[in-house]
Order: sequence, then structure tokens, then C-alpha cells
Amino acid sequence: MAVREAEPVSSLQEVKEAGLDREDLLGIYRHLLITRGIEERGHILYRQGKIPGSFYTGRGNEAAAVGVATAMGPNDVGTPLHRDMGVHITRGVEPWRIIAQYMGREGGPTRGRDGNVHMAVPELGLHPMVSHLPAMLPVAVGMALAFKIRGDHRVALGWFGEGSAARGDAHEGMNMAGVRQLPVVFICDNNQWAYSTPTYLGYPVEHIADRAAAYGFDGVVVDGTDVLAVYREAKAAIEKARQGGGPTLIECLTLRMEGHAVHDDAFYVPKDMLEQWAAQDPIERFRTWLRSNADMTDDEEDQIISVVKRLLNDALERAEESPLPDPAGLEQGVFASAEDLDTPHHK
Amino acid sequence: MPELTYIQAISDGLRQEMRRDQRVFVLGQDVGVYGGAFKVTLGFQEEFGPWRVMDAPLSETAIVGGATGAALMGLRPVAEMQFADFISCAWDHLVTVAAKQFFRGRTPVPIVVRLPSGGGFSGGPFHSQNPESSFAHIPGLKIVCPSTPHDAKGLLATSIEDPNPVLYFEHKHLYRRIKGEVPEERYTIPFGQARVHREGDDAVVVTWGAMVHTASDAADRLAEEGFKVEVLDLRTLIPWDKARVLESVRRCSKVLVLHEDTRTGGFGGEIAATIGEEAFEDLDAPVMRVAAPDTPVPFSPALEKAFLPQVEDVVKSLQELAAY
Repeated sequence: MAVREAEPVSSLQEVKEAGLDREDLLGIYRHLLITRGIEERGHILYRQGKIPGSFYTGRGNEAAAVGVATAMGPNDVGTPLHRDMGVHITRGVEPWRIIAQYMGREGGPTRGRDGNVHMAVPELGLHPMVSHLPAMLPVAVGMALAFKIRGDHRVALGWFGEGSAARGDAHEGMNMAGVRQLPVVFICDNNQWAYSTPTYLGYPVEHIADRAAAYGFDGVVVDGTDVLAVYREAKAAIEKARQGGGPTLIECLTLRMEGHAVHDDAFYVPKDMLEQWAAQDPIERFRTWLRSNADMTDDEEDQIISVVKRLLNDALERAEESPLPDPAGLEQGVFASAEDLDTPHHK
Repeated sequence: MPELTYIQAISDGLRQEMRRDQRVFVLGQDVGVYGGAFKVTLGFQEEFGPWRVMDAPLSETAIVGGATGAALMGLRPVAEMQFADFISCAWDHLVTVAAKQFFRGRTPVPIVVRLPSGGGFSGGPFHSQNPESSFAHIPGLKIVCPSTPHDAKGLLATSIEDPNPVLYFEHKHLYRRIKGEVPEERYTIPFGQARVHREGDDAVVVTWGAMVHTASDAADRLAEEGFKVEVLDLRTLIPWDKARVLESVRRCSKVLVLHEDTRTGGFGGEIAATIGEEAFEDLDAPVMRVAAPDTPVPFSPALEKAFLPQVEDVVKSLQELAAY
């Protein structure tokens, strides 16, 4: 049985039925622009030598990330990855803190202890990824297990990529989630390239979502450049999980529009493939949709663009004002103390 | 005060914590109806139900990773490995995720992983290991190795209360072999406090786990020769009671470090190096080590006896120290 391939979203009426009003739609557009804007500024900062280490972006994945995060409830939790900046933005992480994180400053969510997108703000329901993908899948499953044990009506979201789908953590996490029908939704950011490895060298079936059947839950493939289709599918899966309907695997199909990281020019990605996906840029696609289906005016658009620009300018300024972490504090904070347990994320 | 075996003390302690704190739950293979490979959780599922005594698939990664996620959401998971050896399958989740999450994200990960460890019954290379030293090298993990029923119960309560990932090594060879008085009421034992298992001031054996009893038997023999040996049980390796070790070194001036784990890279090297750095002037002899040889744990009883440090090995080394 092939997995379901989700239809694109067409009318404003359909969107309203999925739970979004016009204000929400303009908010999504703003989140998309902030997401891309932060990463574009990151490139500049990296070239200026202001970002140590490497620099990763999610260009091409903005709609997949923002669409899923928009569908999350206020008390839901997740473990987004390095292509999912839009999740942090949508959940409300302040952009200056993200830039401070890039720069290794005290104001970043990890206070300079970790770099680039290895960060999260737990008070907003997000927990920081590790490099060993997809290690956060079993962790998300454990979060869902806690909700099930306690009877919370909350849902955990675990992100992974089509590359890391080859690792055992993906299997073990999904298998236990399926056995126990836990309230967890698995999001596969399938950007078709695991560093330089194409999908046909990573997995032998047509879709990653085909695997869901093996774990006893539903799988769906959605066009990851269609923010509203991603939202609709994520919303349905999250609410199903919340009602006790068990996990869903959503595969968001996109193309990684830049290299694995800033050092990689992605010479191995065929030019016509890039051109084809550039023609369906997720942000331009949504902008066009808003203008033809939701009557976004020039004034509204200009206003959103200027708000985002000001936000990012301020963010950059504030991040640069954030001090570097004090080496004297390096050895503190390896172990937690009893007081550290008394935090909002822990309730 | 009731006398309990080491395994009864662990079982009673765990049950007491689960009665006291609704957040505590058990996750592992065959922990439910079967009561765990060694029966530590026998009868728990009847009392606490299938969600607080949860049979997991054969899936160490999902067990430890899942425990981490549940802990981040405010529960207090106690994960069971059937044998400490199988923790290698969940290495990533302890070392990559749980150990580093607080340092990076300020989010504590209060999990306990119970690890039935150690040899002495022909378990072979995959059911006998003592992998504590591998984890002692990872910042962010705490390591507990009780040697008596009293310590087993008290240190388990402390482990569950601790806001960090704790590796609780319970020595299988002590399970039904060692008995002792254990208070019925709840108590905790602070981490990082060594315990004098046997008094003496001619030499000190610094050790932990099952080797505490081996050291004690050896000390009995030396006592017959008029050489009084202190046996110092570290009880926890991370943190370890450096101050108490150095105090014994100053008093006894002769030191033997003993562990069941293999020699090279074993935690005994860390102790010996610290003594060399901080108490060199107090020593009347080189710090000696007795440990297993650098081989996998062998199966055949003849080979396993040669592998595990025996009372005779400790006696011989102590005699060398006495004669030095």
C-alpha cells in the first residue's frame, strides 16, 4: 500500500476550515521572511568572520518548518533540527538570541556552550538537537511517553532527515512509538541530499513515509514548499495524536537549496534540479498565494517586510552587544543542582 | 532492623521510591510480568500498573533515549539494562544526549540507568563486564557502585533524587551472596562520600563494588600477619571522595587500588595519578594496582578465575606493600 500523497491547498475557505484566519496567514508570511532573513544575515556575518565554526541553513525548508510549528499547540514540544529555523521563529524565539547563538555569545540559548542551530528555548517547548541524527527521535518518543503516562493532552514532535532515516535510532523510536501508540508526530525533512548522498543511495523505497506502515501508523508525503499543505497535514496528525490516535509520519519533500554547510558549494546537485525547485521557492509561492487568494495588498506586504527588516537590524545590534561567555564559568553547569529542576519546561 | 540480600535491598528501595513519588517509573526489557532478568521488579506491575512498569521492546536506544525524553518532561525514569554490557547499544543516548543536555540547554535530565554488572559466574564476554570507567570519562554522568545492601538502597534513593543522569552499577555476584541490615524507612546516602568498610592504618585498599569484599577477605589474612589494612569503599566514582582517599594515604602511607574492571584506562589509574600529584610526600611505597588483565571477560571457569582479581592476588600485593 502506497502512502497518501497530500493534495496542495487551494482556497482561502479550505484554509479557514483548517483553523487559520487571515491574520494567521500574514503571521506565517512574516515568520517565513524572518526565517530566511536570519539565515541570509548569518551568511554575511560568517563572511565577516563574526561566526566561528561552521554555518548551516535551511533554505528551501522554510515552509516545512513554519507550517509544522504553526500547527503545534501551546503546550506541545519538539526537537527541531538544523534546517528548521522556522520552528524556532514560529514558537517565538527572539531573533537576537539566535544570532547571539551563531556568534557564540552569552545571550544565545546555549550561552556559547554549543554553536549554530544546536539550540532551543525549552520554555517554548523546544529542546536542542545533537549532531548525531536522528538521536532526538527516541527522545521525542520519551516525551510522548511522559504525556501518555500522565494523561496530558500534549503531543511531541520529532524531526529527522531522509539521510538519518538510515540510522537505528529512527527505527527504535518509531517502533516503540507504534507499539505504545504514543502521542508523537515524526517529521521527515526530506531535502533529497544527505550532505552529498542522493536519496537512491540512502533508502531503497519510493518514500520514507512508506515505512510508517511497518510501525503500525499512517504515513503521508507532502510538498514541503506548500506551507499551507504542510500546516494542514501537521495539524491533522497532531490533533489525531492528541486524541489518542497514535503517531503519524509526515514526509516533507523539499530540496536543500544550499550546501550541507557554508563550506560546501553542492557541486553534486544537478543544475536543472536546482532550477526546477528554485521555481517553486516556498516563500515566493506563499506570497503569490496570499496575493491571489487572501488579497494581500502592497501596503500590507511593505509593512511586513519593513517590520522584519527592523526586527533583524535590531537583532543584529543586540546580539553584537551580548558579551562573550566568561571562561571562568566554563566548569560550572556540567551537573544540574536540585534547584535547576524547578523550571517551567519540567512541569 | 531486617536483614536483606543486596538484590532485596535494591528491589525494596525501588518500590519505596515508586510509592513515594508518582513521577518514578520503570522502563526496560521484561521488567513487567517477568519481573526483570534478575527479578528486581517482580510484582511491581501488579502494584504500579503497566505504564509505570513498562516492558519495552528489545531496544536499548529507545529505552535510554525514551527515558531522557520522559525526564525532560518532568518524570523520573529508572531504566533497566538486562546486563550492563548492553549499555553499549545506548552509548549515544547517555553520552551524546543525556550527559550534555544540561551543559548546553540548562535542562536537567534526571534519569537512573540500572546496570547489572560484573563477573564470577561464567557469563562470558557479553554478560560480565564492568564498564564504569568508560563512562567516568564522560563529563555529565554520575556513577554509583554500591557494595552492601545498606548502600544499595540508600544510594538508589539518592540516584533517583539526583537531577542528573546516574549510572547505577549493581554487581550481579553480590545479588544473593551478600546480606546485611537495611532500615525499613527511606534514607539517602550522599554521593562522593567514601565509607570505611574495615579499619586499619598500615595500608589502605581503595576499591568499590564486589571488590570491597575481596579486599576485606584479603585484609583478614593480612591481619593474621599483624598488618592492619583499611578497606575504603568509594561507593560512587563520579563524584569520588578524593579528600577521604588522600586522608587515608596520609595516615597509612601505603596504597593499593583494586578494581574488577580491566587495568588499562581503568578508574584506578585516575586515583593513582591523583595520589601521585597530591600526596607524593606521604607515600612510603609506590601506589599499587590490582585489576583484571586487559582481555575480554573469558567464559571458562578456569580462565575467568584467572581474569577476576582473587583474594590471593590482593594478599600478594599487600604483602609486597608490607615488605616495602
